[in-house]
Amino acid sequence: MPAALQISDLRLTLGGTDILHGVNAEIEAGEFVGIFGPNGAGKTTLVRAIVNTLRPSGGTIKIFGEAPGKACHQIGYMPQGNSGLELTALSARALVEAVCQGEGWGVPWSSQNTKKEVERVLQLTGAIEYADRPFALLSGGERQRVMLAQALLGQPKILVLDEPLASLDPKNQALLIECVTEVKRRTNATILFVAHDMNPLLHVMDRVLYMAGGGAILGHLDDVVNSESLSHLYGFPIEVVRAGERVFVVSREGNVAELACHDGHTHDLP
Amino acid sequence: MMDTLTTYLSYDFVRHALIAGTLSAILGAIVGYFVVIRNVGFAAHALSHIGFTGAAAAALFGLNPLQGILFFTIGAGLFMGVSGDKLQRSDMAIGMVLSMSLGLGTLFLSFYHGYAGQTSAILFGDIFGVSEGQIVEMIVLSLLTLGGLAFFSRKLLFASIQPRLAEARGLSLTALSIAFMIVLAVAVSLASQIVGILLVFTLVIAPAGIALRLCRSFWRGILLAVAMGVVAVWVGILLGCVTDRPVTFWITALFFILYLSVEGYCRFMRKG
Repeated sequence: MPAALQISDLRLTLGGTDILHGVNAEIEAGEFVGIFGPNGAGKTTLVRAIVNTLRPSGGTIKIFGEAPGKACHQIGYMPQGNSGLELTALSARALVEAVCQGEGWGVPWSSQNTKKEVERVLQLTGAIEYADRPFALLSGGERQRVMLAQALLGQPKILVLDEPLASLDPKNQALLIECVTEVKRRTNATILFVAHDMNPLLHVMDRVLYMAGGGAILGHLDDVVNSESLSHLYGFPIEVVRAGERVFVVSREGNVAELACHDGHTHDLP
Repeated sequence: MMDTLTTYLSYDFVRHALIAGTLSAILGAIVGYFVVIRNVGFAAHALSHIGFTGAAAAALFGLNPLQGILFFTIGAGLFMGVSGDKLQRSDMAIGMVLSMSLGLGTLFLSFYHGYAGQTSAILFGDIFGVSEGQIVEMIVLSLLTLGGLAFFSRKLLFASIQPRLAEARGLSLTALSIAFMIVLAVAVSLASQIVGILLVFTLVIAPAGIALRLCRSFWRGILLAVAMGVVAVWVGILLGCVTDRPVTFWITALFFILYLSVEGYCRFMRKG
């Protein structure tokens, strides 16, 4: 059986600037891989290449042995952020239904199959409880469960979750991670989980893909997140500090907070 | 009361107004639903004003105003669609295109030495001046537009709600936005025949915006928007007949009252 995701010598370019180059990674089916790195490391760019909305300028990506364009139904994708539905009363269910049947021609009339499938994914993430309330009135954690449900439509074999923890408080982060692991247990999907802070995921992920300095390394936590490999990847001295069960990546000199903590819009600095 | 109504309905111009008003209310409500979901209200507003240039050009070259309006709005709609999603929400880019085309409209008017009353009707609407020929034109255009929209509305709804996901599933956001902008251009042009270019917002955005604040499902939202649009146009025409004041005023006033009530209701419900 081919790897769930095979990345060979990948080069990604945005507006003439190299974002990533020489990236190699092979992720097996059923793995839970955390994707980390500082702001601007290219995490979302890599995600875009995997979901085929950005063409690589070099190298290849294979999903179960196929090109991303052909394999788009193998991938469940949860993009970052929500669209501007703040002023509408559309329910979570209505939104997921629209997505579920959004690839066909004709008017968006939900068939029985669509309704069943939507019911299934909403059950799976526990979003069914509030599925009929307006999406705009749901809490951040509830919205993310709806978005996760959306990603599960059509039973994809790989879930690509782009920063689902951003803007959630620690309790809701934990709840969402629990939800993802439960989904993984029941569907046996491969999970690619992009996050800024690795600590909430330490106990659930199998391997780490760490991105920095235009490159990326994949491996077990201890092999990747140590001072030596990360210093090499960043191209300047990095210190990995362990405090109890937690891991912190800091620069050996200079601005510590830049590397250690969350991106600008999550604000829960310790 | 009934007698007065029957008298009004016996006039051709009232019946034409009712038919034309109903058509553009239906089209406006449905297209407006997507305008609100896609968050392209300013683009819709600009498209209707670009219609003014079309009307001025039509006056200058002796064409039918609707043809002039359609020519310019579809052109501008195509341009906005091709330029992509960013431009459709960019106030600066739309503002520039809008002011350029209004400037062009002024230029056309300065060449035109005849009576510019036609343009006044275009700006503020002339619902009682709709001819039978225009009604046929409107029916054909409404059916074509609604048919087109029905054809790709599944994809459009998906792409409007979850653009990045839609893109990942292989939908072309650009193609959809071009198609939608053409539909919008036609809807806006027809609505401008009824309520005038300056007030297209009333028929194209108000009903859908209000319905979206209330309805949790897509179809209920569309139905409510259509119902509100049609009823407001009918009541507006009736009040216009009775009071001899502009129909456009009554339609806008009705929607404003509806809007205030719904906003108040939503806020009250969220607090309570």
